Amino acid sequence: MSWPLLSIVTFLPLVGALFILLIRGDEETVARNARYMALWTSIITFLLSLFIWFNFERGSAEFQFVDETVWLPQLGLIYKVGVDGISMPLVLLSTLLTPLCVLASWDSVKVRVKEYMIAFLVLETLMVGTFSTLDIILFYIFFEAVLIPMFLIIGVWGGPRRVYSAFKFFLYTLAGSLLMLVAVLTIFFYMGTSDIPTLMRETNMPGSMQVWLWLAFFASFAVKMPMWPVHTWLPDAHVEAPTAGSVILAGVLLKMGGYGFLRFSVPMMPLGTDFFIPLVFFLSVVAVIYTSLVALAQHDMKKLIAYSSVAHMGFVTLGIFTLNQQGIEGAMFQMLSHGVVSAALFLCVGVVYDRLHTREIERYEGLANNMPAYALVFMVFMLASVGLPGTSGFVGEFLVIVGAFQASSWVALLAATGMVLGAAYMLYLYRRVIFGVLTKPDVKKLLDMNWRERLIFAPLIALVLWMGIYPASFLEIIGPSVELLVERYQTAMLEAETPSLMALLGR
Amino acid sequence: MTTSIGNDLLLALPEIILALGAMGILLIGAFFGRAKAGTLLWLCVGAIALAALDILITFDTREVAFNGLFIVEPFGNFMKLLVLLGAGITLILSHHFIQRERMALFEYPVLLLLATLGMLLMVSANDLISLYMGLEMQSLSLYVVAAMKRDSLKSSEAGLKYFVLGALSSGMLLYGASMVYGFAGTTSFQALGQLFTEMSAAGQAPSMGLIIGLVFLLAGLCFKISAVPFHMWTPDVYEGAPTAVTAFFAAAPKVAAFALLMRVLLDPFLGLVDQWQQIIVVVSVASMVLGAFAAIGQTNIKRLMAYSSIGHVGYALVGLSAGTEEAAVAVMIYMAIYLVMTLGTFACIMTMRRDGRLVENIDDLKGLFANQPMLAVALSVLMFSLAGIPPLAGFIGKLYVFEAAVEAGLYTLAVIGVLSSAVAAFYYIRIVKLMWFDEAGEPFDKQTPREVGLVITLSSLAMVLLVIVPDPLTSGAAAAAASLFGK
Repeated sequence: MSWPLLSIVTFLPLVGALFILLIRGDEETVARNARYMALWTSIITFLLSLFIWFNFERGSAEFQFVDETVWLPQLGLIYKVGVDGISMPLVLLSTLLTPLCVLASWDSVKVRVKEYMIAFLVLETLMVGTFSTLDIILFYIFFEAVLIPMFLIIGVWGGPRRVYSAFKFFLYTLAGSLLMLVAVLTIFFYMGTSDIPTLMRETNMPGSMQVWLWLAFFASFAVKMPMWPVHTWLPDAHVEAPTAGSVILAGVLLKMGGYGFLRFSVPMMPLGTDFFIPLVFFLSVVAVIYTSLVALAQHDMKKLIAYSSVAHMGFVTLGIFTLNQQGIEGAMFQMLSHGVVSAALFLCVGVVYDRLHTREIERYEGLANNMPAYALVFMVFMLASVGLPGTSGFVGEFLVIVGAFQASSWVALLAATGMVLGAAYMLYLYRRVIFGVLTKPDVKKLLDMNWRERLIFAPLIALVLWMGIYPASFLEIIGPSVELLVERYQTAMLEAETPSLMALLGR
Repeated sequence: MTTSIGNDLLLALPEIILALGAMGILLIGAFFGRAKAGTLLWLCVGAIALAALDILITFDTREVAFNGLFIVEPFGNFMKLLVLLGAGITLILSHHFIQRERMALFEYPVLLLLATLGMLLMVSANDLISLYMGLEMQSLSLYVVAAMKRDSLKSSEAGLKYFVLGALSSGMLLYGASMVYGFAGTTSFQALGQLFTEMSAAGQAPSMGLIIGLVFLLAGLCFKISAVPFHMWTPDVYEGAPTAVTAFFAAAPKVAAFALLMRVLLDPFLGLVDQWQQIIVVVSVASMVLGAFAAIGQTNIKRLMAYSSIGHVGYALVGLSAGTEEAAVAVMIYMAIYLVMTLGTFACIMTMRRDGRLVENIDDLKGLFANQPMLAVALSVLMFSLAGIPPLAGFIGKLYVFEAAVEAGLYTLAVIGVLSSAVAAFYYIRIVKLMWFDEAGEPFDKQTPREVGLVITLSSLAMVLLVIVPDPLTSGAAAAAASLFGK
C-alpha cells in the first residue's frame, strides 16, 4: 500500500468533527452546516472504505492494508492497523451505517445539532478503530472510548428516562471491560508483545491462566454482546436512545462483543474456550428462547426489537462456540445481517415515532392503508429478521444451526425453537402495527415516507436481498479467515493434550 | 566527601533561588505594604520559573552534596519540576482569587514559595534528618496558608485541624525515624540501603524494632499523601480552605510527599520490600475503595475532589507496591497526569461564581453546557480523564500502574483497583450528567480571568493530546526512574 487507506478511513471522521467544532454563527446556520459537514464526511469515508472492499484480496486469511508506526516506545507499544476477513466487513458496516444515521437524524434532532454530529463522527472513528486495530492495548482504548460519545448521545438526546439508561449503559459496560484491561495487561506482560497477529499465532499460555483470562474477556464481551443474564442494559438503552443512537448501538456496538470473541477469546485462549463451551451454549440457548418469549410480551416497539437483538446475538455466540467452519461463518454472517436488519428496524420505528411521538404498539393500527411504502419496507426487514429464505437473516441462522448440529443436536434443536418464536413475535408486531382497520384519527393523518426516508432504506433493502440471494460474495471474504481460525484452534487443542482441564485448575 | 562548598551550593541552586526569592519578596512586602500583593505574586512565579529553568538545564546531574544530606539526580529533578509546575500554576490561579476573596496579603505568595522550597528539600533529602526538615518547612507554611482567610470560620477550622493532625503525623514520623536510627545506627539513606542489602544477602530477618520504625515512618508519610487510614483531615481541609489553597494542597505537596515515599521505599528500604509491600497494598486497597464509595454521597465539589484525590493516591500506590523500576516509572507518570488533571479541575471550580460569590455545590453545575459550553466541555474532559476512560490521559496513568502491578504478580490488587475505578466512574460521570443532561440553572458570572481560562484550556487539551504525543513525559519518567535505581 502506498498510502495508509485504513488509517485515513479511521481518522477522517475525526477531522470532520474538528471542522464542525470550528463552525460559528447563529444557531440555524450552525445546525445546517453541521448536518451537511457530517453527511459529507461520512459519505466520503464510506466511499473510501469501498476501496478496501474492492481491493481486499479474496481467498487470503492474512491481515491486509497494514500500516504501523511507533507509539509508546517505553511500553513497547505500536500503532498498527490492518483488516482480515473477519474485521473488514465490520469496518464496512460501520462506515455504511454512519451516513444513514446522520440522514435519519436530519429533522428529528433539533437541539445541539453541532454536538450531536460531532459525537457521531467521533463514534465512527472509534468504531472503525476498534475493528481495524492490530494492537491489543490500542484495541482496548478504542473499545472503551466508545462509551463517552454513546453516553452523551443517550443522555443528551434520549427519551424521558435517558439519565438512568445512560448511567446503566456506561457503568455496566465499564465494569465488564475493566476486568478485560487486567487480562489484556496480563497477556501483554506474559507474552511480551501486544501485536494481535503474533498473539493469535502463538497460543502457548498455560491452561489455568487461559481459563482466568477467558473469564475476564468474557465479562467484557458478554456485557457488550449482550448475553443473558447481563443483557438488561440493552432494552433500557435502546428505548431511551434517539433513533440513530439505537441504530449504531444495535448495528455496530453489539458486534464488538462478537468480534472480541473471534479475535481474542477463541484464538488466544483456545483451552479456556474449550473449557467454557458448555457455559456459552447454555447461556446462548437461554437467550434465544427466553428473550424471544419476553419480546412476545412487549408493548413498546423499540423494546421488542431490543429483545429480539438479544435473541439474535444468542445465535451469534452459539455459532462462534460451535468452533466449526459453518458455525463461525454463520455467526459472522448473522452479525452482518443483524447489523443491517436491526438498524433498519430501528429506523422503521423512528419513521413513525417522528410522526406520532410514541412507540406504543397499541397506538398504531392499519398503517398499510395510508403508508403503503412504509408497510412494504417494514415487511422486508421484518421478514429478514424472521429469517425468510432469500433474505440475509436466513443464511446466518441456517449456517449457525448447521454448525450447532455438528456440535450437539440438542442445542441445535433448542436454537431452532428460538427461530420459530422469532417468527411469532415479529409477525405479531407487524400484524398489530401495519394491518387491521384504520380507526384512530391521529394515525389516519400520518403521511407516507418522504424522499429522504426512502433514500435511507434503499441501500439497506438492496443489501438485505444481496446478502440473502448471493451470500457467496461475503462468505468468500469471511471464509479463509474463519478456516485459519478453526485450523489453529484444532492444532492448539491437539497440542495441549490435556484430558481434563480441571486437573490443571486444581493444581 | 571532599567536594567544595561552592560546588555544594551550586547543586542546591534551585533551592537557593527560592529561599533568596522568598526572603527578598518578604522584605519588599514588609517595606512597601500590602497593596502590592498582586505584583509580588508574579515575582514569586518568576522565582519558581527561574528555579525550574535551572533544574531543566542540569537535569542529568547526579551528585551528592552537604556530606550526603542532599542528593541531586534525574529522579529528584523530575519530581521537582512537577512540584514547581504545580506551585507555579496554583500561584497563577490565585492571582485574581486572592483579590476577590479579600485575602490579598503579601504573605500569601511568600508562604507558598516557602512551602515549595520545603518540598524541593523533601525531594532531595538523602537522610532521615534532612527529610524531616524539608517536610516540616513545607507543613508549617501550609498550616498558615490553610487558615489564611481569618474571618472565615471554616478556613480557621481547616487550618487548626490540619495543624493538629499534621503535628501528630510528624510526631509519628519522627518516632519511626528514631527507631530506625536506634536499630540501624545510621540516618543516611546510603548506609541504610547498604545495611538492608547485606542483611537480605546474609538471609537475616530485620529486627522487630526496625520494622516498627518503618511502620511509623510509613504512617507519617501516608498522612502527607492522605492515604487511608490517615485521610481523615483531607475532606474537611479541602472544603474549609480557600479554593486556591485547596488546589495547592491537592497538587504540589502530594507530588512531593510521593517523591519522598518513593525515595524512602525504593532506595534505602528496597531490601525490606517484602515487609513494606504488604502495608502499601493494604493502604492502597483501602484508599481506592474508600475514595470510590465515600465520594458518591458528596454534595460539595471540593469535598468530592478530596475523596477523588484519596482514590487517586490509592491507584498511584498500586504502582508503587510493585517495588520495581517499572513501578517507579508508573508512579511518576501517574502523579504527573494527576497533577495536571487536578489543577485543571480546580481552575474550573474557581470559575463557579454567582453574583461574585463562590458556589461549591455539585448541583450548581446543572446545565452548565447550555450556559458555558466550552467550560462544560473542558470540565467533562477532565472528569472522564479522572475516571480513567481512554483515550484520555487519566487512562494512560492507570495503564502504567496496573501494568506494573500485573508484572509484579499482584493480580488481586489490580482487579480490586479496576473494580473500584468502575465505582468511582459513577460520581465523575454524574458531574458530566449534571452539566449536559440537566436543564440549565442560573448561569455563573461570565468574566473568567484570562489566566484561569488558559489553565483550563491547556490542562484539558493535555488530557486529550497525551495519548498522541506521550514522549517527553514517558521518556523523562523512564530516565528519572533509572537514576533512582542507580543505573
